[in-house]
Amino acid sequence: MPSIHMTPAAPAEFVAVCDVEELPIGLGRAFQVGPAAIAIFRTRRDHVFAIDNRCPHKGGPMAEGMLAGDQAVCPLHSFRFESASGRCDQEGMCPIAVYPLEIRDGQVFVNPTPLNERR
Amino acid sequence: MDDVNRQKLVILGNGMAGARVAEEILKRDPAGALFDITVIGAEPHGNYNRILLSNILNGSQTEEEITMNPIGWYAANGIQLLIGTPAIGINLAKRRVMLLDGRQIPYDKLIVATGSRPFVPPIPGIDLYGVYTFRTLEDCKSIARFARQSGVAAVIGGGLLGLEAAKGLLTHGPAVHVVEMAPHLMAVQVDSAGGTILGRTVAGLGVTAHCNKATVEILSDEGSRVRGLKFKDGSELACDMVVISAGIRPNAELAKEAGLVVERAIVVDDHLKTSDPRVYAVGECAQHAGKVYGLVAPIWDQCAALADHITGVKVAGAYSGSLIATKLKVMGVNVGSMGERDAQPMDEVVRYEEAERGIYKKLIIRDGRLAGAILVGDTEAYDELLGKLRSGAALPARRAELLFGAAPAADFSLAGLPDDKQVCDCNGVCKGKIVEAIQAGKTTVHSVGKATRAGTGCGSCRKMIAGLIEAVAGELKADPAEAYYVPAIPMDKPALAAEVKKRGLRAVSAVMEALATREDEKSKMGLAILLRSIWGREYIDERDCRFVNDRLHGNIQKDGTFSVIPRIYGGVTTADELMKIATVARKYNVPTVKLTGGQRIDLLGIKKEDLPAVWSDLGMTCGYAYTKAFRTCKTCVGSDWCRFGTNDSTALGIAIEKKFQGLETPAKVKMAVSGCPRNCAEATTKDVGIIATEGGEWELFVGGACGVSVRKGDVLCRVKSQDEAIRMVARFMQYYQEHARYLERTYDFVPRIGLERLRAILIEDAEGLCAGLDERVHASLEAAVDPWVEDTRAGAKYPGQFEGLRRVALPVLA
Repeated sequence: MPSIHMTPAAPAEFVAVCDVEELPIGLGRAFQVGPAAIAIFRTRRDHVFAIDNRCPHKGGPMAEGMLAGDQAVCPLHSFRFESASGRCDQEGMCPIAVYPLEIRDGQVFVNPTPLNERR
Repeated sequence: MDDVNRQKLVILGNGMAGARVAEEILKRDPAGALFDITVIGAEPHGNYNRILLSNILNGSQTEEEITMNPIGWYAANGIQLLIGTPAIGINLAKRRVMLLDGRQIPYDKLIVATGSRPFVPPIPGIDLYGVYTFRTLEDCKSIARFARQSGVAAVIGGGLLGLEAAKGLLTHGPAVHVVEMAPHLMAVQVDSAGGTILGRTVAGLGVTAHCNKATVEILSDEGSRVRGLKFKDGSELACDMVVISAGIRPNAELAKEAGLVVERAIVVDDHLKTSDPRVYAVGECAQHAGKVYGLVAPIWDQCAALADHITGVKVAGAYSGSLIATKLKVMGVNVGSMGERDAQPMDEVVRYEEAERGIYKKLIIRDGRLAGAILVGDTEAYDELLGKLRSGAALPARRAELLFGAAPAADFSLAGLPDDKQVCDCNGVCKGKIVEAIQAGKTTVHSVGKATRAGTGCGSCRKMIAGLIEAVAGELKADPAEAYYVPAIPMDKPALAAEVKKRGLRAVSAVMEALATREDEKSKMGLAILLRSIWGREYIDERDCRFVNDRLHGNIQKDGTFSVIPRIYGGVTTADELMKIATVARKYNVPTVKLTGGQRIDLLGIKKEDLPAVWSDLGMTCGYAYTKAFRTCKTCVGSDWCRFGTNDSTALGIAIEKKFQGLETPAKVKMAVSGCPRNCAEATTKDVGIIATEGGEWELFVGGACGVSVRKGDVLCRVKSQDEAIRMVARFMQYYQEHARYLERTYDFVPRIGLERLRAILIEDAEGLCAGLDERVHASLEAAVDPWVEDTRAGAKYPGQFEGLRRVALPVLA
């Protein structure tokens, strides 16, 4: 067997993560995509979005949190983060990283480079 | 420090305003990065508290005691102090202040804080030996020295300072008279009725007041000594000493000569800036919006606003004038005055007079709001009235409440807390931050919580926040949300339940869709409990309306793992049970095994993916130690073993846990049974507690607490048997279940409903509810299913319920 030297794809690439149906309705699931721990949520209105799985407040596991509309609520201290901007509802708390996400043929793709870290 | 970038700031005047503005600037720029400050003072001192000068005169305080900024303070704060050298001119074009000794002090910015001087009426004899003004430390020393050999002293001016001077003079021996032009004393602060009462009190202290007397001349003997006063009406008053306290005049001459706009005083804008953009004025020498202030509080306001602006801390922060309000003690008499002094024709006036005790109170009310108040003799209500005047809050219909300080004493101590005092210990929110939010218009506990997080943790500080709102904003806005069952739906529990039934809403998402005014995860949790209790088996259980604890039937820990607590009925266990727990702890490498306060064993640090296996390996029932439900029933060993035990508390405790396990409740419910009044199970501080009494009876307590709140439970009733005890507990639980708001603990619920009413309903069946309650609680308990069994039997209830982080490999490039 010829040895193959493998390197990860460039971080700007989208990666297939799971089927939409593997996401619980109105809840989230956690994925480790390369270096990024990502929480992917599916709202009752079937809006799917991806944010960091680590709450910037005290590192709470975001994927275990509830949804308030399009906001993800950290299960530890109820800090809320907006799905699109990552903005927190509490003053003085930095936004959470938001990852680009696409759905192609019922499959969820995320890009593990967060939107809010791009220029 | 880069000297090139620091501007030269000169403060002209070292009185109350000058020193204060320096302090305020340093507070905003502690490193002194912005300014190189020089303070120029005519008096040869540091800064002293002029308000306390009368205490120097009467000898009750020393010079050191009233000094606010001693000379050393300036150097210690990097400020250059030039004292004893009056300024004689300001050159706006060259930006210099000229001093009497010939020095010229350059500035980039200048703050004029020259204050004021006593008004000396231009009458003959004003320069006689024995005539003094009352303004400075030096004045006080001279007056005191002269008064000791004086027989009769007269004070011209019956205002605040005049009375203070009179009081000071009394201590040195002479008979003291006060001469006032107006018809009554303290004409600026109080009306004629108040002034009359005040005059009577003052007379009682040995001061003779002469009102309606305009002095036209100070008479002298052949030499240059004072012998009396002559009045406009021709009468005379014999005296050998005169103290003039006839008002003050702003020291605005230097400013005027320099070319600044001066009317009654130096005209300033909302940033305290004069007509020259490099020059500010503050204090008694400044005129803002047509007003010149002579009280200390407005001057403090001005100094803060000026410092905000000049340091750029708050560029938009502007001074918008001060409310005139004073509370003081004149000759031992408390006097308070705020807002307008005299009523307009259409105003409502509330007056209370008690001449014998020297008490007078008057309120001026316009359009239902406070417009002014005068208090003589009793200023107890001052703070509350000032709050009402500031906030423009609606007044109580019974106006008398305003006059006699209806506010609870607690409010005053709350208002007096330092700003850095932590109020919300859960979120680390200090009083200052809460007050800021209130001042920004948040006048409900809920809105303060949204703005600051205060009160959103355990909630134990919510009463304190309510108190602060009352103290700061004058009143607590009724928060209609307090009555809502859940925050997102503006309905109380009965209305919401009726609507849910009418529309046949069986799922939380359907209720949210139909009735919610906003998205809120906590509301979903509350609705789940309500819907289950309404629909029973017809309830559509959507797992996304559950908090993580209720999805995974354990308490989430800070690292994302869970705690697992199996039920140990009545805290009584066996060797077999302990071995099962020990085996599980070993098998899953449980990092911490801990005895709980509820007499159970906690396995901490269980991974999400291990939960179903842990539950089935344990083979025990769920302890519900993570949710809004009946938790545990703590017991003592009771009559089985204890030599004092009068009844079988463990048996009853076990029976209670078996009966009520799995019962969801609006908030958690903890119970306990003690076998004798020694109460080793601490039953009096539980939501439901039972104590065996001598003679074979059981006493039931409800509404106790020993957590964020501590409350001794109320005795609901006494019963004769265990069965009866369980029946009463069940009835209480169902009534609580049906009538409490979501998250309302029994310690709030019981006092809200009232013990008498609870007894009437649950014991005497006064409302005919008992049969229904008994039936419904039985039905709920029948329907209860152990969640550990339910969620392991048929596998996960939703995708990923028991899966941890799923790893996704990045695509690889060859």
